Amino acid sequence: MWSFSHIADFIHEWLSSTFNPTWTLIIEMVIAGVCVIGLFAALGLVLVIMERKVSAWIQIRLGPNRVGPKGMLQSLADTLKLLVKEGMTPSGADKFLFNLAPFIAMIVAMLLFAPIAFAKDFQLWDLNIGVLYVSAVSSIMVISILMAGWSSNNKYSLMGAMRSGAQIVSYELSAGLSILAVVVLTGSLSISDIVMSQADGWWIFKGHIPVIIAFIIFLIAVTAETNRAPFDLAEAESELTAGFHTEYSGMKFALFFLAEYMNVFIVCAIGATLFLGGWMPFHIGNWEGFNHVMDWIPSSVWFFGKTFFLIFVIMWFRWTFPRLRIDQLLNLEWKYLLPISMFNILLATLMAIMGWHF
Amino acid sequence: MYRQTDIISDAQVSPQEGDLVINVGPQHPATHGVLHLVITLNGETIKKVEPHLGYIHRSIEKMCESLTYRQFIYVTSRMDYLSAHINNHACALCVEKGLQVEIPARAQVIRVLMDELTRIASHELWWGAMAMDLGAFTPFFHAFRERETINDIMEETCGARLTMNYMVPGGVMQDVHPNFQRRVKEFIQLYKRKIHEYDELVTGNIIFQNRMKGVGYLSPEDAVAYGCSGPVTRGSGVSSDIRKIYPYEIYDKLNFDEVLESGGDSFARYMIRIREMHESIKIIEQLIDNIPEGDFQAKTKAVLKLPKGEFYTRVETARGELGVYIVSEGGTTPYRIKFRSPGFSNLSVLDHIARGSKIGDLVAMMGTLDLVIPDIDR
Repeated sequence: MWSFSHIADFIHEWLSSTFNPTWTLIIEMVIAGVCVIGLFAALGLVLVIMERKVSAWIQIRLGPNRVGPKGMLQSLADTLKLLVKEGMTPSGADKFLFNLAPFIAMIVAMLLFAPIAFAKDFQLWDLNIGVLYVSAVSSIMVISILMAGWSSNNKYSLMGAMRSGAQIVSYELSAGLSILAVVVLTGSLSISDIVMSQADGWWIFKGHIPVIIAFIIFLIAVTAETNRAPFDLAEAESELTAGFHTEYSGMKFALFFLAEYMNVFIVCAIGATLFLGGWMPFHIGNWEGFNHVMDWIPSSVWFFGKTFFLIFVIMWFRWTFPRLRIDQLLNLEWKYLLPISMFNILLATLMAIMGWHF
Repeated sequence: MYRQTDIISDAQVSPQEGDLVINVGPQHPATHGVLHLVITLNGETIKKVEPHLGYIHRSIEKMCESLTYRQFIYVTSRMDYLSAHINNHACALCVEKGLQVEIPARAQVIRVLMDELTRIASHELWWGAMAMDLGAFTPFFHAFRERETINDIMEETCGARLTMNYMVPGGVMQDVHPNFQRRVKEFIQLYKRKIHEYDELVTGNIIFQNRMKGVGYLSPEDAVAYGCSGPVTRGSGVSSDIRKIYPYEIYDKLNFDEVLESGGDSFARYMIRIREMHESIKIIEQLIDNIPEGDFQAKTKAVLKLPKGEFYTRVETARGELGVYIVSEGGTTPYRIKFRSPGFSNLSVLDHIARGSKIGDLVAMMGTLDLVIPDIDR
């Protein structure tokens, strides 16, 4: 299979021969950073237009269709509008925290890109605790929301932030536990190891019922963790106007918006990596011809295909379900999802010990 | 039974330490208009809801006093703009009562057909808007798909889509469009083909049911005590359909059921409206092939003068009982007009049913009360 490592090796060798090791490292980091920011911007635009087109498709309408071919440049125009808009700070707000909060949201989203394997041998940072890193860093997101809600000096914002705090902290538990099911079966927290362990079949297929349960719980929990409908209580526009970002406008609002979509992308990428084999192609047993054809499809296409499929599912949730109430939301987590995922992890552990998976 | 003294003493409760007082509206996505609610919260739990009215008060009653009996009907389209036909109908009925004119059979049937189409259109919009309050956006577009068909029918016959001004004293303004029957039948086909989507998308949804069931309970006694009407009382099991109790036009000859639910909660009120749409379709089906030939308007004088006296009629709008009370001094304009609008009484019950529930439930309850703010303020 074709690999990105050739390009990386080539650049690395060329830099090493030209500069001393310190400069090489610095330049490589800058390249990686620029790549992440570029991917960030591109993904933001793509996801926004995707959301609008998916919602239009579900709602029997056309969606944006004026700017560019089929309205594909609409999100570019929106970004331009948000960039030139005045970013207001309310007079009663805590100015420092108010202006800091969107950047924290953004930084968290960016940090999460580090351990993700986008394709074969294409990973910024293959650290040995990749999954732990992702779940740890993504919980910082709640700080930015609480900060935004508290500093806005607005009751709607405050209520949205408080809801969000309760929600993210609770749903992190079952998201973590459902991830653990796969980690237990793989025996590793490293993302590249998890992907490699699925070379002979994705965990969703070879992990039997525990992994399927874990996958469903993971989907529910990450939808709640990213504040997407039907768990969008932090924003809840019919109740709290816009929740924690009621007072934000212009680019500061756009950063929150972008961070939300980035978080959706990240959690879907993690879901695709853990349960759907990451960049691993789809293989069926001994069908040599079929497997060969599947191998021929680039690994990045596999990864992004799976990720965007999960993103589509999450968007589908948003445009079909009504919103839960705050007490129902917490009941769902503490009374149903958490006990089920705890039992599930025992089951997965038993399966791993007995070697019952394929 | 809620005693009058309780209401007074509650109204004087001032916010305590730790309470959160928030203003929902007049500009707020949940209130569908310029309703202003001052909500006292304890955390997420509602302690008191205080509606502040008057943001869209246009003094329609006062305006009507300076308009003739032909003219004032058109102003009433702007009260409850979602059932404009039925408002006009109530006013026309009241004037006709004073004039003692006999309405031709054709006009009566056309009026009832239009009323029921309006009722369906109003309930469709309510359904979409209520789902939107609960955070589901898609139902709104599905509801509008059917509602647009009704609006097209209205446009063809009445020349307007929202404020039709089609009812005049003595009948209807002009005859129905030649396409009317065909298009109404097409609409019935469309409705029957699509109505199951409503149940699949919203009614059967587990999240929706959890949000609605057992929320906003209104006992039959309270429903009567607060003067509620329409689907709000019928959701509590109190029979209140004016079309059945005080039949007007040809409703007493039609075969339809008064929809009753005994739950008293938001879900019961929701089901009432969904089932009422089926009943309206039933009425339309009975009438659409049997529009009698004849005049569409009775012969009336050019200048109408009501005899000295007081006249009152009531009709069942999509939201409940609309009463029109005209005091005449014998002139060409009414001395005094009073509208008893259903939305006002239904809103007054909000504080009672919302106490102790969560803020998310408040928007759901407002949705099931089906508030139209211009109807409340007039």
